[in-house]
Amino acid sequence: MFAFIVRRIIQAIVVMMIIGLIGFAVKNNLGDPVRDLLPISASEAERVALRDKLGLNDPFVTQYFRFLGQALKGDLGVSYFHSKPTIEVIAAKAPATLELVFATALIIVFISLPVGVYSAIFPKSWFSRITMGLSTVGVSMPVFLTAIVFIYIFGVELHWLPSYGRGETVNIYGWESGFFTIDGLKHLILPSIALSSIMLPLFIRLIRSEMMEVLETEYIKFAWAKGLHRKRIYLVHAFKNTLLPVVTVFGVEIGILFAFTILTETVFQWQGMGFMFLEAVERSDTALLVAYLVVVGAIFVVVNTVVDIIYGFINPMVRIAGTK
Amino acid sequence: MNAWLRFKDSYLFYSFKRDPVAIISFTLFFILLLVGLSAPVIAPHNTYDTSTFDIMDSELPPSWMDEGSQDFLFGTDIQGRDLFSTMLFGLRTSIIIGIGAVIFQAFFGVGIGLIAGYLGGRLDAFLMRVADIQFSFPYLIVAIIASAIFQVAFGVNRYEQLAIPLLIIIIGISEWPKYARTVRASVLGERNKEYVEAARVIGLNRRTIMLRHILPNTLTPVLVISTIQVPQAIMSEAALSFLGLGMPITQPSLGSLIRAGFEYIFSGSWWITFFPGILLVVFILVILLLGDWLRDVLNPRLYKG
Amino acid sequence: MAPLLEVENLKVKFALRFGELTAIDGVSFTLVRREKLGLVGESGAGKSVTGFAIINLLSKPGYISDGKITFQGQRLDKLSDEDMRDIRGNRISMIFQDPMMTLNPVLTIGEQMAETVLAHQKVSKAEAMEIALAKLKKVYIPSPEERLRQYPHECSGGMRQRIVIAIALLTDPALIIADEPTTALDVTIQADIMDLMVELCADEDMGLILITHDLAVVSQVTEKIAVMYAGKIIESGPTADIIHTPRHPYTQGLIQAIPGNSEAGRRLNQIPGMMPTLTDIPDGCAFHPRCGLSKDVCQRETPLLLPTDNENRLVACHKIGLKNNF
Repeated sequence: MFAFIVRRIIQAIVVMMIIGLIGFAVKNNLGDPVRDLLPISASEAERVALRDKLGLNDPFVTQYFRFLGQALKGDLGVSYFHSKPTIEVIAAKAPATLELVFATALIIVFISLPVGVYSAIFPKSWFSRITMGLSTVGVSMPVFLTAIVFIYIFGVELHWLPSYGRGETVNIYGWESGFFTIDGLKHLILPSIALSSIMLPLFIRLIRSEMMEVLETEYIKFAWAKGLHRKRIYLVHAFKNTLLPVVTVFGVEIGILFAFTILTETVFQWQGMGFMFLEAVERSDTALLVAYLVVVGAIFVVVNTVVDIIYGFINPMVRIAGTK
Repeated sequence: MNAWLRFKDSYLFYSFKRDPVAIISFTLFFILLLVGLSAPVIAPHNTYDTSTFDIMDSELPPSWMDEGSQDFLFGTDIQGRDLFSTMLFGLRTSIIIGIGAVIFQAFFGVGIGLIAGYLGGRLDAFLMRVADIQFSFPYLIVAIIASAIFQVAFGVNRYEQLAIPLLIIIIGISEWPKYARTVRASVLGERNKEYVEAARVIGLNRRTIMLRHILPNTLTPVLVISTIQVPQAIMSEAALSFLGLGMPITQPSLGSLIRAGFEYIFSGSWWITFFPGILLVVFILVILLLGDWLRDVLNPRLYKG
Repeated sequence: MAPLLEVENLKVKFALRFGELTAIDGVSFTLVRREKLGLVGESGAGKSVTGFAIINLLSKPGYISDGKITFQGQRLDKLSDEDMRDIRGNRISMIFQDPMMTLNPVLTIGEQMAETVLAHQKVSKAEAMEIALAKLKKVYIPSPEERLRQYPHECSGGMRQRIVIAIALLTDPALIIADEPTTALDVTIQADIMDLMVELCADEDMGLILITHDLAVVSQVTEKIAVMYAGKIIESGPTADIIHTPRHPYTQGLIQAIPGNSEAGRRLNQIPGMMPTLTDIPDGCAFHPRCGLSKDVCQRETPLLLPTDNENRLVACHKIGLKNNF
């Protein structure tokens, strides 16, 4: 198990270095730190001097490792537009995105698990049939369209729920949270439901099909033959085996959720990282763009690694063998 | 003629006839494909030609509503363009990019999968590591970041001119690992079978064995993935366009139409978003349903049932 | 003596989209206390389905359409789900074919044993573990305390089948149904497991239904044999009689096909053709297309399972009933 964890962490470090390389290449070719730091009126000589001082004439590899070293210290450059270290800009926006993803993940877990399990146990019930039908339509509905429909129905027509921004937030040790005000929670409802709509059908289907497959196995038949209670067979024997593949997929899908926050944040004017990223693209704010790339990359790598390790803990087969 | 007869007797056609969902999806898919591709011929208005539309006609509701005009079936958008015609052109763009991107990624992915699977060794390990790493990032974020980088690199104007080929490349790049992995897996399955051994024994070279013998046997999984990849590519394009990283509004896709309409939804002009949205959902849905059906037919596990 | 288990005219059907298939067509047999019965036939003959029908665990489209199953005076086919649950794994245990697949990979062996006890007896978890330990010792598992904490994949195939047998013994059942218990194991281990089962049946006072395709195995273990073909019993009787004087051409074929029964260096004897699938069972005697002695009557009329030499010896073949015409 220890060897497994070490190998997984080394792999994560290599991936982070590759992401750093891509980020650095983008920055090196597209960004112009001299423009970012000097006023437009600066002379050519001043520019050359600054280039030398910043080490921009050093070999590529030297610059790359300098970039990595700075990144490790949390220095990912200065945003041209915000005139602040990019990492600060991102840190200020991160809570909004993380809260949105967290709320969405909760919705997904609490709906998909019971619904998926139920429709696996009773595949022919009307509830399961309707769920399956809806989920096919749900998969074909782009998340931004769902979001627009929600805004039109609940915001524009019915005036039930706020449809843009985060509402009132509370500052807890520098973390702007919308979880602790009624207004903040109200603002969270539409974006998180819209965002969950993209994953929910996938998860219900995944859990259902995994569980149905497990229910067909010999060990479940044997559990029946042992005269166990229905509940124990479904919730202990079948469910535990269903969870293994689902946990893995969930880790990956949380990542995809991050990608889709860019869409929901745009629709709901949600001031998170995705919204910030699109602004950075429009303003050609290369430093911020690269910082976003590195930060999001790091989030993925960490989530994937943690999920793999958790998977190793749940699945005794991986744990003992030490390999996947 | 002979091929047609054989097709008529095949299991594929037999199960198609028995499945009403498959028939309806196929019919709709075919109609939408035809209508989309022939948009320049059948659209009532040419929406690429600025001289044919009038800003005075802007934001007209659909023809069956009180203020609607008979000229504009689904109403007009903010620039006074006929929404129905714009949708047809938008559908066309979405189809071209969606299918183009899948062909690109399939070509790329299948090639790499074949080479990795057949040659094996270090090259295989390297290519699959790369695929694994990219695979651990969601395709959409790869596509968004790639298009953002391209847009910053090319500048907005140049990017808009090159939007179609660039989007094909971006979406293609973001999805190739799926093909590469699948093809590699089935190549590994095929490589040690006797017919490949036999081909090697009679002295055929590697390239011939790969292209003539192994490739055809990996095509079923490729076809199956493609039925998921095409709608996914269309959705990716729509998402990128919606974010302003895809097709510009002057040559809209369905995604950029929805983006343009979204700004006016608060003023009550719901149709600019609604109709392109419905068209997009229906188009994706019929391809997905067709794909589901095809997977069921091609999946031998079903026979056991 | 009142029979332990009595199956009368059992019929099992599978309700499929295009109609119903009859998997078991009128099977009857009885088992007295401590008796061991071998249910023999090719795969698809309906032996496993019979086993599952007894404990009412037919997989989905299958159901019992007719017949009576009486166990210790109780009609099993009429029981409620909950009453039936309490018989399964308690008074009737089942052992499955592949020990690699029967144990749940994510639960420890101790958990999988204790839960069975807990499902049927009002005892604490610790007491359940004690019982589990005792039964593991009974099946000669080395260091049983350790095994309880292990996961199935940490044990070999033979070890796992011993564990499965120990699970079957947990509640001191009156009957064990063993579905091909040794087929998936190495030949050397097969004999060990079979010996163990015979020993346990005697020790624990249990009846056994041994479902297998292997006549050689049954002949060493059971007192009675019933041979099944295409959903019917075509011959039954005391083991020695069936082995030495088989009457049905199919049984004769099976016995000749046992490798030891053909001369060294010659081809193994085999029955030509294949058993029909459930969708196209021929009219008359289901065996007639493969039977060297087939006559017109065999294609038209289904032979009944009738007594021949004595009332324990039943054969369903026109050759027997219409001796003069053959």
